[in-house]
Amino acid sequence: MAKATVKFSDIDLSVVVPVGTRIIEVSEKVGSGIVYGCRECDCGTCIMMVEEGMENLSTPSMLEDQVLRDNMAGKEFRLACQAQVLGDVTISPV
Amino acid sequence: MDGMPITGTQAVAIGSDVYWIGAFDPSLRSFDLILKTANGTSYNSYLVRGADGVCIVDTVKKEFQDIFFKRLESICAYDEIKYIVLNHMEPDHTGALPELLKRAPNAKVYLSFQAQGMLKGLLKEGAENLDVTAVTTGDSIDLGNRKVSFINTPFLHWPDTQCTWLEDCGMLLSGDLFGCHFCDERLFNDLVGDFRFSFEYYYAHIMRPFKHHVLQALDLIEPLDIKLIAPAHGPILREHPREYVRHYHSMSVPHLRREGEITEKTLLIFYMSAYGSTGDMAKEVLKGAEQVSGVRISLYDLEGGEMPPFVDLIEEADGLVFGSPTINGDAVKPVWDLLSSLCSIHTQGKLGAAFGSYGWTGEAVAMIEDRLRGLKFKVPVPGVKVKLIPTNEELEECRAFGRLIAENLTGTNAPRVIDFSDLL
Ligand SMILES: Cc1cc2nc3c(=O)[nH]c(=O)nc-3n(C[C@H](O)[C@H](O)[C@H](O)COP(=O)(O)O)c2cc1C
Ligand code: FES
Ligand SMILES: [Fe+2]
Ligand SMILES: [Fe+2]
Repeated sequence: MAKATVKFSDIDLSVVVPVGTRIIEVSEKVGSGIVYGCRECDCGTCIMMVEEGMENLSTPSMLEDQVLRDNMAGKEFRLACQAQVLGDVTISPV
Repeated sequence: MDGMPITGTQAVAIGSDVYWIGAFDPSLRSFDLILKTANGTSYNSYLVRGADGVCIVDTVKKEFQDIFFKRLESICAYDEIKYIVLNHMEPDHTGALPELLKRAPNAKVYLSFQAQGMLKGLLKEGAENLDVTAVTTGDSIDLGNRKVSFINTPFLHWPDTQCTWLEDCGMLLSGDLFGCHFCDERLFNDLVGDFRFSFEYYYAHIMRPFKHHVLQALDLIEPLDIKLIAPAHGPILREHPREYVRHYHSMSVPHLRREGEITEKTLLIFYMSAYGSTGDMAKEVLKGAEQVSGVRISLYDLEGGEMPPFVDLIEEADGLVFGSPTINGDAVKPVWDLLSSLCSIHTQGKLGAAFGSYGWTGEAVAMIEDRLRGLKFKVPVPGVKVKLIPTNEELEECRAFGRLIAENLTGTNAPRVIDFSDLL
């Protein structure tokens, strides 16, 4: 199975995950400060900053784009409950 | 009319072509399930008239819409209403919106970006075909001879909240911000009864969890030349309006300055111990954390304290460690009492951890960690459990645990790489 590394820069921890893993499946287990509300692409609580590797996350759905826009998030932000890891990324809470 | 209670169904002028068209709810005694009020409340709605039309800012709770419409009709015809501004989507201010939209079908709705999804949640299919514009700081509506401007002030106290600013007359229509539950038909702060406690109580219960958002909002509000604050509840602040802004500022910053370097991190260890084992662990956690410079550590026995001062301490702390023995399959009640008192403060992003001695099942540590995660703490350091009385090696483990927590606080922890399968 293809692997990729997710680095949580707020806690200086990298996790090697199977490609396709969602950030939400990892961030809480390791205790990163990324937080969740609805967990289903509605509330925008889980907005995270993608420091490196934006191109290595799954393309946002129309709904995710809408939630990001409603929360006035810039282009370096994604929803951690939605984004899937396709290659190496470095992320942090906002 | 000055000094006289508002008894009729008229709109009340609060400035040049700006009117209060709200409703009084004197018999209400509990609000939003979390606040009490000895004086009821009011739902303040405002009407702004310009050369090119009328703008309504906020409505009232649905049960009070009749009086709201009477006041509105006393001053304008429905077809004059060009704009409806919603500073906040909570039903106490949007209750009359569906009926208002029916009566003024051509009005355009202005709200914050964050409010758009909530409008759909409130109006359901009624939200279709509405002319809605999302606005933020710097945006405005032109009423011909005057401008209605917007200030984006999220999380005061919902994600959607904003303020509306009338620059020509220095009026801030502030929504729940600067409001309080104090119904007094004399309406203006220089005429009503003593409402200071209500103002502070409202802040403590509604705004306190969002202190840093309050400070961000005040950065935008303080430079304005404010002549009057018209909040969505309670007295209209026309005497000394800036004092209320200053008071919000002072309630949002620490009162007694903490000693030590401003860059220093603070770590609080709370514990309880019946036979001393969890207490012994606590002392070693402290010793371990002390090995890291740049962290000020405090140790508190929960058995000897009351919750409110502890909540004040936690509000300013960077990291919290809870020590509890397992008693009947659970952590001890004062730990839960403290953890359930934290919804009135901001805890997101603080670092949390747990430890404790146990006899045979040891559920307490994991339960506390789960609760900390639920409160949006970061919990990067796995807890330490010791069966009954700690050995020297186990005490060393507690020191290593304390050290790691302190290193995580100061950002001096060594970078780690783990595999996903280790987490399953
Ligand atoms: C003070 C207050 C805080 C709230 N906090 C949240 C929240 O954190 N998350 C959320 O999803 N809804 C929150 N809400 C919204 C309520 O859950 C929502 O208004 C709900 O429809 C109320 O249901 P009810 O009519 O049964 O009281 C909050 C409401 C109030 C009044
Ligand atoms: S948790 Fe609500 S959008 Fe991701
Ligand atoms: Fe509200
Ligand atoms: Fe309100």
